[in-house]
Amino acid sequence: MPILEVKKMTKTFGKFKALNGVELEVRKGEVFGFIGPNGAGKSTTIRVLLGLLKRDAGTATIFGKDVWTDAVAIHRKIAYVPGDVNLWPNLTGGEVIDLFASLQGNVNAKRREELIAKFDLDPSKKCRTYSKGNRQKVALVAAFASDAELFILDEPTSGLDPLMERVFQQCVEEVKAEGKSVLLSSHILSEVERLCDRVGIIRQGVIVESGTLAELRHLTRTKLVVELNSPAKGLEEIEGVHELTKTGEGWSFQVDSGRIEAVMSYLSPFGIRKLESAPPTLEDLFMQHYGNVDGIAQEGAS
Amino acid sequence: MGHSMRGSGILSKFIIRRDIVRLLLWVVSISIVTLAVPPAFQELYPTQEQRNVMAETMRNPAMTAMVGPGNLEHYTLGAMTSHQMLLLTAVAVALMNILLAVRFTRAEEEAGITEMIRSLSVGRRAPLIAAMSVLVGLNLVLAIVTWLGLVSLGMEGMDSVGSLVYGLTLGGTGVFFAGVAVGCAQLAESARGATSLAMIILVISYMIRSAGDVSESVLSWFSPLGWVTFVQPFSDNNGWPIVCFVVSSVLLAWLAWSLQGRRDLGAGFIHTKPGRTHASAYLTNPLGLVLRLQRTGIIIWSIGMLVLGISYGSVLGDLESFFGGNELLKNMLAGNSNRPVAEQFLPMLMLVLAFIATIPGILAMHKIAGEEKNGRIDTILGRSISRVRLIGAYVFVAIMIGVVMNTLAAIGLWIASRNVMDEPLSLVIVFGASAVQLPAIAVMIGLSALFIGIAPRWSSLVWLYVLYSFVTLYLGSLFQVPEWATLLSPFGWVPEWPIESMNWIAEGSLLAITVIFLIIGMYGYRKRDIQ
Repeated sequence: MPILEVKKMTKTFGKFKALNGVELEVRKGEVFGFIGPNGAGKSTTIRVLLGLLKRDAGTATIFGKDVWTDAVAIHRKIAYVPGDVNLWPNLTGGEVIDLFASLQGNVNAKRREELIAKFDLDPSKKCRTYSKGNRQKVALVAAFASDAELFILDEPTSGLDPLMERVFQQCVEEVKAEGKSVLLSSHILSEVERLCDRVGIIRQGVIVESGTLAELRHLTRTKLVVELNSPAKGLEEIEGVHELTKTGEGWSFQVDSGRIEAVMSYLSPFGIRKLESAPPTLEDLFMQHYGNVDGIAQEGAS
Repeated sequence: MGHSMRGSGILSKFIIRRDIVRLLLWVVSISIVTLAVPPAFQELYPTQEQRNVMAETMRNPAMTAMVGPGNLEHYTLGAMTSHQMLLLTAVAVALMNILLAVRFTRAEEEAGITEMIRSLSVGRRAPLIAAMSVLVGLNLVLAIVTWLGLVSLGMEGMDSVGSLVYGLTLGGTGVFFAGVAVGCAQLAESARGATSLAMIILVISYMIRSAGDVSESVLSWFSPLGWVTFVQPFSDNNGWPIVCFVVSSVLLAWLAWSLQGRRDLGAGFIHTKPGRTHASAYLTNPLGLVLRLQRTGIIIWSIGMLVLGISYGSVLGDLESFFGGNELLKNMLAGNSNRPVAEQFLPMLMLVLAFIATIPGILAMHKIAGEEKNGRIDTILGRSISRVRLIGAYVFVAIMIGVVMNTLAAIGLWIASRNVMDEPLSLVIVFGASAVQLPAIAVMIGLSALFIGIAPRWSSLVWLYVLYSFVTLYLGSLFQVPEWATLLSPFGWVPEWPIESMNWIAEGSLLAITVIFLIIGMYGYRKRDIQ
């Protein structure tokens, strides 16, 4: 049974349809990557899941309980880190961590100290003096020090430096190893690619793609760079070839995953001197849903 | 030296362009208060006899502690204005200068704006010089506006020289505290720290002056606010305190100048000591959090309410003679019963104190909306805390604040009345008259909770309702506002005990309305989206 299950969830603000039938599922022990640009509905989804917003239709359950009516009971086993961590300017980081822990109901003092050291946080400073990254550390320490079963992390690393991002990734891997689940919303795609077992892409309030990375890759294109002995004519007319560009001696293009074989057999008579293939990155996947459709050039998608 | 000031002219212009509205608002509101008072005094005390009666009521230590000594022998309109208004207006001017000076210096530095400006071809001290020049100009404008304004009122006993001295005293105090604040901005590491430090100096100056004025000792010489009371515009027109202001302001500015040259950008000389690394046992539940977040505010309001009660109580002793000469105020009393004047006056005093006690109560309730706006409520409700429990903590604290503040004012009033009255008011009467207001205060807080629960965007409307209540009830007795208009406010239902008999039904109904408001508000808060 999934830890978190969302079916046909909609939420409107006035006339604006923020969520339009969102379907999500996070299973036990997995890290689920929730990606999409700003305004696509990631944070709205998460705020409905936390019982802060009331959904208009559909079902949403965590641990089999309704996220709206059983919010308090659910939250006992949830750790949440918002993307924009706002803290009380006149409390210290240490006080906030302890406050959060006691509002949660469980305090793991040893783990708290470990995490503060790991994240290199000074808990004696007032939150007023913290940078965005340090405020995020406070929320992350509070989250990972709890013994939650589900971690809901909304763009948790947007203010962290690369070293701290690494620490964060270790923390996620640790909780995953303990069989806990993570819903990680992010637009740092390399991070999602590294951490997540399954991915859901949201666009304008609809989940447009979801599955394991391998499954998603299957649906998309592979990037090929070839150098041929003789010029290949009519390559652009072959079905399944996209983004064809001439690069010095050869060609660079993308091929629909299902058409690789056909393209290869078309190319081999011309004498393949060099062949490079790169699996599509998550960024390619993402751009395919956003860049292309919205008419933005696929620059940097490599 | 020239290099370190480079660009200060442009920066000054930039400050003025950016904050012109703020600067104008300060000058205009302070001038309006100064210029509105003398005509009001003339209206209230048209003859010299009436002013002499007023002077008599001023002849007590509490008043001296509050507004300083005055020329009570020749209590002309001018003497009256400078006695009752000059010091308090000077404090307001000091406040203006502290807030603006820190805003122009340390706050900019903290926000990183100074860093960008300093990376341009701008001297190290230019921001400081720019801030100081703008403030000197502002205080000069205020002095001139006050001078010309007072002269143009054409009041009897308020000549041009006195008006000029009055204006210069305000301006001088302003420049002095601008100097204090830019100095504090060098010492502290944060804008908040700098403001607090300068405020502490202001408060200490006021207290030293109070003690000095009451004991008629040299103590007042050591306080810049003491210098203010030495001026006595329209009577003595002492010029030397103004010279003191100018000299010491130059010294203060020089101090800030040299400190600025010795420190790194963003650094200060007073280092903040590390805070707690662990939360105390109190800070483990919503109630503890709400109390902790409002701690400073609660302390400041408590002191303020106590002082307010004391100052109200200190005039009770002279009420008989005072009311003998003033028909206008007599009309504001509850009724012409045979009770002592002090008792007749009590319901009106308590009403005003209750209105003021309502303010921190509503503010405390509105904090939950502020937390929501700042996005901090998500992190609490994302934990296993129900919304009812959270808003319940805020309601509890708000109502407790209302009760405590109202009672503190009564305590202050009772203490003062015991010292100034020949036949002091009894404890029961003072606290009874104070306690009858509590249900009305509770209704106001309940209404705030109702708005926050079901229509958070309209929650500020409560203030309009408070204002409406104040206008209809306080000024209503003066302007013959119809009774139904006062009954639209919860305070209109409060019996004017001990003049009237106690009305348990009205009080009970007010409490019942509060409970209904709270239930609807909490229910609504449970059901709605968090913004």
